[in-house]
Amino acid sequence: MSTPADAAALTARYYDLDEHDHPEGGSTMLGFWIYLMSDCLIFAMLFAAFGVLGGNYAAGPGPKDLFDLPLVALNTSMLLLSSITYGFAMLAMQRGQARATQGWLIVTGLFGAAFLGIELYEFAHLIHEGATPQRSAFLSAFFTLVGTHGLHVTFGLVWLGVLLVQIGQRGLIAANRRRLMCLSLFWHFLDVVWIGVFTFVYLMGMLR
Amino acid sequence: MTTPDQTWSFLFGRLTLDALPLHEPIIVATFAAVVLGGVAVVGALTYFKLWGYLWREWFTSVDHKKIGVMYMVLGLIMFLRGFADAIMMRIQQAIAFNGNEGYLNAHHYDQIFTAHGVIMIFFVAMPFVTGLMNFVVPLQIGARDVSFPFLNNFSFWMTAAGAMLVMASLFVGEFAQTGWLAYPPLSGIAYSPGVGVGYYLWALQIAGVGTTLSGINLIATIVKMRAPGMTMMRMPVFTWTSLCTNVLIVASFPVLTAVLALLSLDRYVGTNFFTNDFGGSPMMYVNLIWIWGHPEVYILILPIFGVFSEVTATFSGKRLFGYSSMVYATVVITILSYVVWLHHFFTMGSGASVNSFFGITTMVISIPTGAKLFNWLFTMYRARIRFDLPMMWTVAFMLTFVIGGMTGVLLAVPPADFVLHNSLFLIAHFHNVIIGGVVFGVFAAINYWWPKAFGFRLEPFWGKVSFWCWVIGFWLAFTPLYVMGLMGVTRRLRVFDDPSLQIWFVIAAIGAVLIACGIAAMLVQYAVSILRRDSLRDDSGDPWNGRTLEWATSSPPPAYNFAFTPVVHDLDAWAEMKRTGAPRPADGFRAIHMPRNTGAGIILAGISTVCGFALIWHIWWLAIASFAALLITAIAHTFNYARDFHIPADVVAETEARRARQLAALEGAAA
Amino acid sequence: MPAILPSLRLPILRSALILPLTALLGGCDWVVLNPSGDVARQQADLVVISTVLMLLIIVPVMALTVWFAWHYRAANQTARYEPEWSHSTRLELVIWSAPLLIIIALGAVTWVGTHLLDPYRTIGRIDKGRAVPAQARPLDVEVVALDWKWLFIYPEQQIATVNELVLPTNRPVRFRITASSVMNSFYAPALAGQIYAMPGMETKLHAVLNREGAFTGFSANYSGAGFSGMRFAMRGVSPQGFDAWAAGVRGGAGTLDRAAYLALERPSEHEPVRHFAAVSPDLFDAVVNLCVRPGKMCMSQMMAIDAQGGTGSAGRWNVAALAYDKYGREQMSTPLPGQRPNRRIASDDVFVKALCDNPAGRAASKDVRAPASLAPLTGAGLSWPAQRIAPAARETLSLGALPKTPLS
Repeated sequence: MSTPADAAALTARYYDLDEHDHPEGGSTMLGFWIYLMSDCLIFAMLFAAFGVLGGNYAAGPGPKDLFDLPLVALNTSMLLLSSITYGFAMLAMQRGQARATQGWLIVTGLFGAAFLGIELYEFAHLIHEGATPQRSAFLSAFFTLVGTHGLHVTFGLVWLGVLLVQIGQRGLIAANRRRLMCLSLFWHFLDVVWIGVFTFVYLMGMLR
Repeated sequence: MTTPDQTWSFLFGRLTLDALPLHEPIIVATFAAVVLGGVAVVGALTYFKLWGYLWREWFTSVDHKKIGVMYMVLGLIMFLRGFADAIMMRIQQAIAFNGNEGYLNAHHYDQIFTAHGVIMIFFVAMPFVTGLMNFVVPLQIGARDVSFPFLNNFSFWMTAAGAMLVMASLFVGEFAQTGWLAYPPLSGIAYSPGVGVGYYLWALQIAGVGTTLSGINLIATIVKMRAPGMTMMRMPVFTWTSLCTNVLIVASFPVLTAVLALLSLDRYVGTNFFTNDFGGSPMMYVNLIWIWGHPEVYILILPIFGVFSEVTATFSGKRLFGYSSMVYATVVITILSYVVWLHHFFTMGSGASVNSFFGITTMVISIPTGAKLFNWLFTMYRARIRFDLPMMWTVAFMLTFVIGGMTGVLLAVPPADFVLHNSLFLIAHFHNVIIGGVVFGVFAAINYWWPKAFGFRLEPFWGKVSFWCWVIGFWLAFTPLYVMGLMGVTRRLRVFDDPSLQIWFVIAAIGAVLIACGIAAMLVQYAVSILRRDSLRDDSGDPWNGRTLEWATSSPPPAYNFAFTPVVHDLDAWAEMKRTGAPRPADGFRAIHMPRNTGAGIILAGISTVCGFALIWHIWWLAIASFAALLITAIAHTFNYARDFHIPADVVAETEARRARQLAALEGAAA
Repeated sequence: MPAILPSLRLPILRSALILPLTALLGGCDWVVLNPSGDVARQQADLVVISTVLMLLIIVPVMALTVWFAWHYRAANQTARYEPEWSHSTRLELVIWSAPLLIIIALGAVTWVGTHLLDPYRTIGRIDKGRAVPAQARPLDVEVVALDWKWLFIYPEQQIATVNELVLPTNRPVRFRITASSVMNSFYAPALAGQIYAMPGMETKLHAVLNREGAFTGFSANYSGAGFSGMRFAMRGVSPQGFDAWAAGVRGGAGTLDRAAYLALERPSEHEPVRHFAAVSPDLFDAVVNLCVRPGKMCMSQMMAIDAQGGTGSAGRWNVAALAYDKYGREQMSTPLPGQRPNRRIASDDVFVKALCDNPAGRAASKDVRAPASLAPLTGAGLSWPAQRIAPAARETLSLGALPKTPLS
């Protein structure tokens, strides 16, 4: 430290003197990604449990006796379509069209609700026939894996409804855009998980 | 003991007056003491009108420093409970010989060893470690708070909610009698029909939510919020180990969540994941829980390795030896911790090739761990070591931990494990690494960072009394367990046939009493330090001649931590700033953007506790109602968009001016 | 026994730092380090070898820690102080490679030792000096961990005991192990290392007892309220003594049929030793398959059906035949949620009988055969550096090497 000028230069070297506010929610997308990965791990465990127990029918019905592939195909298409319409919602958001965003969100929600409805019908049918989660380890693992996915879709729908209201109240402000982005990640993530369910549980179950 | 055909009523579920253990004198006495103590505390808080202060400044605070301190307080309280369990076991085992049944029946004793394990891991070690990371990491990386401050508050309260449920099990009903990992079929509904396993499951699930979220939060914080110039390879070692720990948390706690959820389904719905019949597989539970359980061990020890790295460098007055190899060692341990889980059950009948694979991967972990030890060793080489309390704990750790590490590698040899598995040798081993590693490390950290948190040092005399009681007490308590393990004595036994063993248990009990003295001395140390805080005051903010950024700000730091974010040019950023003598900015302060306090976290956690309690006691209406309340509260919280505010520039300027005067006064006194 | 000396010395040294325990230690039964069975003997040797290997690095580290802490204390101003010294490639090489070398050595020992001492593997030697004669048949003992006692069935002798295991010395024993309700661990430290006893599953253990005498065994894995009392007496007797004992039991009273087993299986604590003069021949297999109780489907049968893809729609309701303990031991015929109330258990019985006309299938032997020669394990084409290593040390290192000339 010799002269005041040197000292000022040192200060400027070691302190960020021209600092601006950190943008709020700057870490949100990263944080949400990490959350999704942790959720993915839960699904991984359920897939693993299904992998281990999937053949333990306990002298009861197996996949071929229970699964109705055309119904599942319909169900899958509902969820895939909802992902596409969510994509349209995001495009509308990018263009700043709040009404269109809301519209596409409603369409997404309807597809999601249809998916859930079909899944619940399938479950009710199985349980009515005696293929309950209590019947065998295979059915326990099946109901838990598919049911957990369904539960995620349910919460996604609740979230979607809340966002619809919030967009209506405040429009496409930064916070709402961020939330739409997070729900988008969540929704597509559920789609990816469903493709795993469809493949490993239903398709490969029929091939067993 | 509760039976499966117990009564159930709509209003109270399975909860009846019989659930209160009024016939257990020990519990009644404890309960009386807790109630009296609780009334006294509540009365005092009311009398001194502290509720508002606590609510505004602490419970609803999103300040990472305050949340960190609250985690430490939670850990300390639960530590006293966990230790009470430990000393009860030690006394039981010291007297239950020659037909003497001791003073604890099986129902009681089995709960105690289960609760001891659960509490010490989930509600002592985890809060301590999370609290340290919460307090230190943002300061060390020059940030003003964590990435998600509200989530941080919520995480803490969820952990506290889990702890609440475990404590409630002491007085309402029972805790699990299954061992701390609750292996089915024993923990299944057929063999544990009571509410004990319910308490276990819901306490861990609720606390697990908090842990996972705080893991996500800290990863995002470390990745996104570092000061300019702080590249990954300029992060302090504690921050590095925290990063790896939180990666481990996020990548392992969901496994615990999933496996406990499956066990809950087995118990509540009647599914067949882990049942003996209907195609279930109890062995799958053992595998899954250890896929979480082994990384958990490293979740606890890695941040503590970071603490020792900081302490060794600081008190050696020297750069840390081999920083990059330290970092690589941490990362290698992080990855390897996922491929060793099977070593916890070599005896389950896997083939020899599987067993040797997992045995050898386990041994491989000792290589990076050994490298770390050497790095601390060579940091001490050609140093000027000041033996303040943190450094004393560090040296005690190094000498203790190597023995624990050695016995650990020994247990990783499958044929050796066949004769030592489930023995007291194993108990001695993991207490050797957890006490000698985690607990010693937490004490080092408390002594090291206390002045930063409160602005005054801890009093050294009682600290040293505590240190010697702990170190000697530890070896006295656990050497007999090593010895008895080699005599073929196994764990979780309540009564003994062989009278020649008694002397060893008596020695171990004496060791436990000595540890109790250490704990008492530690509490005295805190009390004495708080009473004499004026003479112990440290105004410099840097009492140990520290090397990392947390020492660059005042003690305690202002709410915003740093008025201007420091710019990092070197690994030991603060040491370099001191060397170059860069003056603190004296003007040009700006308004600082900060998160706003919120009560949502404590409210959500409170509702979760009610929901958990209702599920444990099968009070379905309350469970449904509280879950709905949880959902509605959470949604309502999302309608609150006003989550931040600015600390005005003049307030910052005034705070910083006061700090400048403080430092000038110090310099004047030195001159 | 020179091999156990280092290990004895190690804990003594450690304890001696704290208490003068030497006298105490002399009077103790170090059963894990000084067992009476050859398998446990080799496992103890491994404990010692591993400890010594690791002490090679642990002792210097501890010594250096103490020395550095003392020498470089702040008060010692004469010691060198280099605050910026923080890297040395040569030192880094040493600190990574020294543990690595130890672990390579220990890893090799582990690999060989784990395979040689695999509990599923038939044993190749009776003790250090004697190979198992080629025509020798092992003694079969079936072990069931019950709440909270041990049942031992001797299928060859057709007798059974509770909480007493009598073994002839120097004859290989093959244990088939299972449990009735929860996980336990079958452990007799004097004989061999432990292995879990699990319901619905069978584990195996091969061992040999070399000394006559009275020992104890127990469950090493916590299994509920009566766990502490779940101990059994293990006696080693001469082969003639064993035959005499078995004949004595056979001449006694009591038959362990399925009904007697179901009564015995009920939870009880501190059971006295009991003998059964006769045993149902398929009892153990029925226990493993969870189908001792009449009308229950055996696991082996269930798994065979599952391998065929289940029973389809027909099998949806036959749950009573499958329920073993899911709703508690006493609730075995409780209908499951979703089960139609009008479906009677009797009709399930008919269904099960139609499926299970044969008794519990016996699990295929999963024994791993002992290798005839250990040469490949020491490295193909490599010979031991025999001239430089003393024969005794070689014996220890090769972990159960077969003697060159088996006794006939």
